[in-house]
This record gives sequence, structure tokens and C-alpha cells, in this order.
Amino acid sequence: MAERTVRTGNRPLALYAALYLGFLYVPVLFLPLFSFNDSIYISFPLKGFTLEWYRSMAGNEPLLRALMNSIKVALATATISTVLGIFAARAVTRYRMPGSRPLVAAIMLPLVVPEIILGTALLIVIMQAGGTLSLLTVTLGHVLLCVPFSMAVLMSRFEGFDRSMEEASADLGENAWWTFWRVTLPMAMPGIVASFLLCFTISFDEFIMAFFLGSTDPTLPVFMWNQLRFPQRLPGVLALGSCILVVSFFVIALAEWLRRGSSSSTSGAQ
Amino acid sequence: MTSAAGTVEAPPTSAWRRLLMRSEALRGYLLLSPTLLVMLGIMVIPMIGMLVLSFWTQLAGTTFDSTFTLKNYADAFTREMYRILFVRSLGISLVTTLATVLLAYPMAYFVAFHVKRHKMMWIILMTLPFWTSYLLRVFAWKIILGYNGAVNSGLMSLGVIAEPLNFLLYNPTAVVITLTHAWAAFAILPIYVSLEKIDRSLVEAATDLGDGPVMRFIRVVLPLSMPGVIAATVLIFIPTVGDYVTPSLVGGTDGYMISNAIQFQFARGNNWPLGAALALSSMVIVTAIVVVYVLLVRRLTARIG
Repeated sequence: MAERTVRTGNRPLALYAALYLGFLYVPVLFLPLFSFNDSIYISFPLKGFTLEWYRSMAGNEPLLRALMNSIKVALATATISTVLGIFAARAVTRYRMPGSRPLVAAIMLPLVVPEIILGTALLIVIMQAGGTLSLLTVTLGHVLLCVPFSMAVLMSRFEGFDRSMEEASADLGENAWWTFWRVTLPMAMPGIVASFLLCFTISFDEFIMAFFLGSTDPTLPVFMWNQLRFPQRLPGVLALGSCILVVSFFVIALAEWLRRGSSSSTSGAQ
Repeated sequence: MTSAAGTVEAPPTSAWRRLLMRSEALRGYLLLSPTLLVMLGIMVIPMIGMLVLSFWTQLAGTTFDSTFTLKNYADAFTREMYRILFVRSLGISLVTTLATVLLAYPMAYFVAFHVKRHKMMWIILMTLPFWTSYLLRVFAWKIILGYNGAVNSGLMSLGVIAEPLNFLLYNPTAVVITLTHAWAAFAILPIYVSLEKIDRSLVEAATDLGDGPVMRFIRVVLPLSMPGVIAATVLIFIPTVGDYVTPSLVGGTDGYMISNAIQFQFARGNNWPLGAALALSSMVIVTAIVVVYVLLVRRLTARIG
């Protein structure tokens, strides 16, 4: 009886859910759609199929340079943020510490402060300290944004731990360091990989920090932003954007699968 | 779970145990310190730097007069241009937050209560777009709503309209639509989590006691999902007030927000202290609104419960 009444709203809700997913996905699909259109104008009706915009990317030196910049920054950001995330997540889940909650909240703060404020504040301090803007300063900004995500992902991973594994290792004579390397780290691996992939993607796609903290040698999103001023280059931007979307989708789907799939498999042990 | 943390490996004597407990906290702080130090360096110190700078005056180039002044705040709060931008930013964010939460709630409800199999796939499907480039998602709306964009050229080639509609892009509505799309995941996830946590037997009890679907929803499900709704509104309202990309790409001059003024002061305007004052003022205003809102909602739901 109860089950049936709960189910009565099913069909209109399912229809709504489908429409909502359409609202989420369809706008983004316009980018790849027009990137194959044989016209420099982004409008209907479609003129014809072309791969010209994709082909032109290959020889575009500034684009390739920006791509390399983004990859460097994203790799550095993902590594640093994940290491910092491991430290912090391990600390708060493993040890009982009075006053750790406000500290965790402080680390999570960048999630709820507008990026423009974090970015300009960092810019002020860097310039006052006599620093110069470079990929390094962009990386600093990205680490600030990524540590909360890394920590959140890893905390849920560490919380589901079966502590007896580590105890068994200690009982069998391994010291704390080897226990960490041979037991803790392998168990945390799915979370660590998920954190790395998430941070990589966030950094790779991030615009505001790179816009404020970058030099004239831009990352890919800033490069795209600069291209938007030239209408004739829009199809090229669309092709580039479509490539980025496809790669991001796969990387994130993998990260989510690792994170959620793995955390649900350990939840039975709690 | 937390109480089990140190007890298993602790040897029998209580003095030893106390020491271990004390050193346990110490070890925890030690392990936490690298992350805390980095966050101190790239978040706390910059915020303090911004606060200090907001009381200074810009001289020529990149030099500052460091005598204390409140002039930047006076400018931020009295100049009409900034007042318009503050009010507009808050208004746009408010409407965006409302729209995002209202649109996302049924979706989250559907997945929490009606999806039985492949729940994980649904959750990933709902959150996947959020992880892709923000810039590209906003840019997509520029393509869709533009004067020669997808909607206009599509309707024209179908013969529905003869002239492009020029009210689609470059106004606050375009900003709201784009933001509602861009921040959807921030509403879906918290609401879904709080709906998922609801004990199903409570819903069944309400049914057994004679509540119809509507009353059951209003009296049981909605109050219990309020934590998720509150989290969603806060998570969307605060960042969208300071959003820069969306108003820049789809807002036009009528849709410019406070972040455009902040960016201007740090770039061509070359008045960093004023930019800092504007940034901090918007943050204080938003925080105040959020605190009042959370307190009000808590009191309200406590009364209903």
C-alpha cells in the first residue's frame, strides 16, 4: 500500500527528470554541433560537415603552447593538492583532535568564497611581495581551489577504512611508515587517484585564477577567452572546447566511478 | 567510530594511555600542519593583505599610500554605480538560487525516491556537466541566446520569426538562465543527500495515518530535506554574487555585476584599494544575508517540526 502510493507520482516525475537532464546536457552539446559546421557563422541552418576547425588546431602554435601550460599547471596542482589532501584527510580521520572541526571548515572555505575574491587577494599579496605572475602563481591559485575537493574525496575514503588491516600489519611487526606504504596507501588508492583526476580537471578548466594570476603566457581557458574577441576564430574555439569537454567527461566519469564505486564497496565494512 | 581510534593499541596502564592520547592529538596536528600552513599562506594571509590594502590609497602605477583611510569604503557604499551593481548582483543571485533549487528539487526527489536501480549512474549523470569547463558551459549559452545564435537562427529558419529576437542575450535574465544551468549540481547533490537520508518508515507512517501524497510531502519529506535545501541555497547564493564569467559573456551592460567592477579596478581602472574594498564589502554583505537567512530558516523549521 505504502509502496504503491509512493510510486503514484512516478511518471510525471520521470518525465520531468528527463527534461531536466536535457536542460543540463543539450546546451553543452551545441558546442560540438557547431564545431563540425562548415561556416564561420555560429547559426542555423547548418551548412555542411567539416573537420576543418579541428585540423586547423594542429598547426596553431599559441594554442599548443597554452595547452602545454595548462597540462603543466594541472599536473602540478593535482599532485600538490592531493598530497596536501592526503595529509589533512588522514589527520582528521585517524587522530582524535580537539578543535579539528573549525580547522577543517577553514580548509573548506574556498568552496564558498567567490573565486574573484580569492584570486584578487592572492594577486595583491604576490605583487606586494614583489613577485611576478607566471604559471607558478596560477598553480598557487589552483591549489587553493583544489585542496577542499581533494580533502573531501579523501576523507570519505579514509572514513570507510577497516582499521584492523593496519593493526594486523603493526602486529606482524611492520613499523608505522611501512604500514602506511604497504597497507594504508594501497587501500586509499582509488580515493587518491580520484582526487588527482578531479584536481587535474578543475585546474585544467579553471579560468578566473588563471585570468588574474597568469602572465601573458596563458593557460588554455585564458587563451580561449582571448580568442572570443575575434568572431572569425569562434569555430576554432568551438572545436577546441569540444575536445576539452570530451576529455573532461571521460576523466571525471572515471574519477567519479573510482570514488563512488570504491566508497560504496567499503561501506559494508563499517 | 571515533572513540575506537586509540583504544585498541593502547597498553593497559592508564598513564601510558593518557600520554598516547595526548600525543595522538599532537600527531594529528603535526600531520594536518602542512595543509594548514599552505592554506594560511595562500588564503588567510592574502585575505588579510586585501583587508589592509582596502584602507590604503592608490598612487601612480603600482605604488600605494599606506595612510589609513575609509575613503574606498565610502566610495563603495555611496557611489550610485556601485549601489546599482550590488543590488543587481544580489537580485540576480537570489533569483538564480531560487530557480536552481526549485528546478533541482524534483530531480533530486525523483532519484532519491523513485530510482531503484543504477542510482550511482543517475548521480554521476546529474553531476558530470558540473565538472566540465565553466567557461565553456557559459559560452554555450552565448551561442544559444545570441543575436545570430541557435535560438534565433533556428526559429528564423523554421519561419517562426522574421527578425532575430534581441531580448535573449545581454540582460539579467540571460545571466539568471546561464547561472541556473551552471550551478545545478550544487543544488541537486545536497538536496539529494538529505532526501536519501530520510527514514522511509516515516513516510509510510504518514501514509498509514491518512496523509495523502501532498500532505505527506509537506509535513514529512519537505521539513526533513530542509538541511539540503539550506546547504544548496548557501552554496549557490554566495559564489554567484561574485561570478565574473557569466555577466561578462552573456550579461551585457545591463547585466554587469559587482565582479565586473572589481575586475575593472584591478585592471584598467588601476585602483586596487577600491577593488579590494568592493570585494570585501560584497563578501560581508553576502555573509550577513546568509547568516540571517540560515537563522530564520532554522527557527522556522524548528517551529514546524
